[in-house]
Amino acid sequence: MGFTININGTPRSVDVDGDTPLLWVLRDVLGMTGTKFGCGQALCGACTVHLDGSAIRSCITSIDSIGDSRVTTIEAIGATSAGERIQKAWLDREVAQCGYCQSGQIMSATALLTDNPHPTDANIDDAMSGNICRCGTYVRIREAIKLAAQARVKEG
Amino acid sequence: MIFDRTTSRSSDTSLSRRGFLVSAAMTGGSLVIGLTLPLDQVSAVGAEDFAPNAFIRIGQDGEVVLTMPYVEMGQGTYTSIPMLIAEELEVDLKRVRLAHAPPNEKLYVNPLLGVQATGNSNAIRGAWKPLREAGAAARLMLIEAAARQWGVEARSCHAEAGEVIHGPSGRRLSYGELVADAARLPLPTNVVLKSPAEFKLIGTPAKRLDASGKVNGSVVYGIDARPAGVKIATLAQSPVFGGRVKSVDDGAAKLVKGVRQIVRLDDAVAVVADHMGAAKKGLEALKIEWDEGANAALASEDVARELEQATLRAGPVAQNIGDAGQAMANAVTRIAANYHVPFLAHATMEPMNCTVHFRDDECEIWLGTQAIARVRAMAATAAGLPIEKVIVHNHLIGGGFGRRLEADGAVRAVQIARQVDGPVKVVWTREEDIQHDMYRPYWVDRIEAGLDRDGRPVAWTNRFAGSSVIARYLPPAFNNGLDPDTTEGAIDLVYALPNFHVEYVRVEPPGIQTAFWRSVGPSHNVFVTESFIDELADAAKQDPVAYRRALLHHNPRAKVVLDLAAEKAGWGAPLPKGWGRGIALQNAFGSLLAQVAEVEIAKDGSVRVHRVVCAMDCGIVVNPDTVQAQLQSGVMFGVTAALYGEITLKNGRVQQANFDSYQVLRINEAPAVEVHLVKSVEPPGGMGEAGTSGIVPAIANAVFAATGKRLRKMPIDPNALKA
Repeated sequence: MGFTININGTPRSVDVDGDTPLLWVLRDVLGMTGTKFGCGQALCGACTVHLDGSAIRSCITSIDSIGDSRVTTIEAIGATSAGERIQKAWLDREVAQCGYCQSGQIMSATALLTDNPHPTDANIDDAMSGNICRCGTYVRIREAIKLAAQARVKEG
Repeated sequence: MIFDRTTSRSSDTSLSRRGFLVSAAMTGGSLVIGLTLPLDQVSAVGAEDFAPNAFIRIGQDGEVVLTMPYVEMGQGTYTSIPMLIAEELEVDLKRVRLAHAPPNEKLYVNPLLGVQATGNSNAIRGAWKPLREAGAAARLMLIEAAARQWGVEARSCHAEAGEVIHGPSGRRLSYGELVADAARLPLPTNVVLKSPAEFKLIGTPAKRLDASGKVNGSVVYGIDARPAGVKIATLAQSPVFGGRVKSVDDGAAKLVKGVRQIVRLDDAVAVVADHMGAAKKGLEALKIEWDEGANAALASEDVARELEQATLRAGPVAQNIGDAGQAMANAVTRIAANYHVPFLAHATMEPMNCTVHFRDDECEIWLGTQAIARVRAMAATAAGLPIEKVIVHNHLIGGGFGRRLEADGAVRAVQIARQVDGPVKVVWTREEDIQHDMYRPYWVDRIEAGLDRDGRPVAWTNRFAGSSVIARYLPPAFNNGLDPDTTEGAIDLVYALPNFHVEYVRVEPPGIQTAFWRSVGPSHNVFVTESFIDELADAAKQDPVAYRRALLHHNPRAKVVLDLAAEKAGWGAPLPKGWGRGIALQNAFGSLLAQVAEVEIAKDGSVRVHRVVCAMDCGIVVNPDTVQAQLQSGVMFGVTAALYGEITLKNGRVQQANFDSYQVLRINEAPAVEVHLVKSVEPPGGMGEAGTSGIVPAIANAVFAATGKRLRKMPIDPNALKA
């Protein structure tokens, strides 16, 4: 059956089974490949998107569970204040290596910074430990989140 | 991996350079197929461009396109290689565009491997001279073209930021304006490279050229390829290595919405669908019976036992110095130990995938690969087509670590695509990716040393057994039962060991394909040798740093990094109860590295690595930020291996399946990593893998310092460390 969901502010209609994970709707049906497949079981965070601003794993979120909620993906996160600061900090600190997990890392980090403008190391651990990076960019991810938080202080 | 010694003839860079330059004339206009910054546009170039070699193409609009002979998988080659070219070509790094090299072993051979591949941490070592020469040759031709236009001596002109400038008159011409004339000039015969003192770019922390698209989701990995009309397939391969499909009931699978086709192969079944969600649902609905074959009862314990037995047999001598047998007999103390390292999966974040459009007379492939020419050749065989009928598009790579030196995924995708009308993207589930990886080999070492009255090692013998990846991957490099990769780190220790004897017994485990894995040989050998030297220090009742230091009088570079790491780590300073500090020192991939790990052992035996200090001498540093990043990265990869890394088999099946059972280090467990670089004028050494091999023994030695328990088998078993 058909579903219409709000993705990055635009209603998109797809004709798939209701239990189809959002990840595959994004990647394979709509061609939005910025969101990545890593594990299929919410174990790695590569597929993280925002649902009404909260970080969720799109690989286990069925299309029929979304309803009227707003989906935000990596393609549009730079339009948010926190997302823009996180992306800039990622570039300043040269976080990405292979880069494959970084869409998910940035989505998780943006959700963290939106909820908590001044995260502690423990907050960062809590928010980011669901996102695996096989290149091991963790030292720089931590630095970049702190840098982005400071950018907010300067702006304010 | 290291091939330098076996392919030394092809590493003659002047020969290579001539090869590159001469063959450049044949490249035509079809080379620049791949990416441009921001790595998402297809680039086309005209026939009027200046392309003096296979790496550089300058258009009449002044656009500079650099074709990358080494792939980008996170290690920073798509920044450091352009730095080498731009240093000599005198162009602004921010304004170059990059292209993936197509398969062409003549133009893009790795001179240190003898094949077109990126591995062994040697891209910079391979590129160091030829790519600077490529840049310099192009610059000389552009200068000559300008000088002729102006009717002045070429030596009165110089190049800067994409322009040729005539100093005395201040006249300037942009490279774009010179392209047509430069293209008609002969290649220069005498190319003099800058001295290190003249470097403007090399040694500076250049920003990564591939970064911007990696923060907004716009970069395209192999898994993101979407040729028009592409279907998505996922697959189940025989759960037991070597097994076959006996029967398939696909009735329920065909009823799944979006499922288009079930493809049956001898040893695998694939479901082709409109999207991966439907493909996975279809796969789960399949009822497959397997003929499990000869390996149905195999367990990893069987492999370990066979390898232990093999270390009792004599093997080819990999290294012999002095008379270890005699010296051992005369030693005051003898220490012996057996070490084991497990099978390891790569678990690249981008799961295995390959997109294939098989047409009657042609086959087109999209993927990210470290070895594009190998993919093309093996895909051609699988497709039953001549090699020139196979087109391969390379992509940025979502994690290589040696996994993407293999072509098995491409072969599998071609097998499936032969039965599918139109393009099909074969995506492995994470479970399939881990359970049908080609694994870092299991190796077993039987090692012994003899000490004199003062505790100094007067004899060292080691016989180890396990798989040779090279013997399968590059048979010509496997000679007399030996290869340089399997033995790297076992036969070339940094220490003065006067009587030294190492043998290697090749044993291939039944059914299990082994492969390169970040740091391959050294990931095993440095763990064994650096743990064992620590055992000797303990037997001699000496401090591990002082003990090592006393064996380095002939090796000043090693001594410097050892001292630097110890000093920066605060070696000897008190630590809390339950904490320990351990060191490891290695010469691998052409770089010297000392690492100190600071660990804490909890009451339940779990190990936390808090801090890692790295001191490195990797020769001339091209991009210091990349060196730091690669050491941070290599450390995390090694900590994962030490704490969690293990693939085990039971009933012929891999027991791990996803990131719950095959754990990867997470941010809350990640140590702080400090990197200290030694200034050097030596040629560059390798960076990508070094951090991984040294950290494992540093951790094991730190655990020993904290608990008195020696870890001779990886990964760490917390049960053995319970208080």
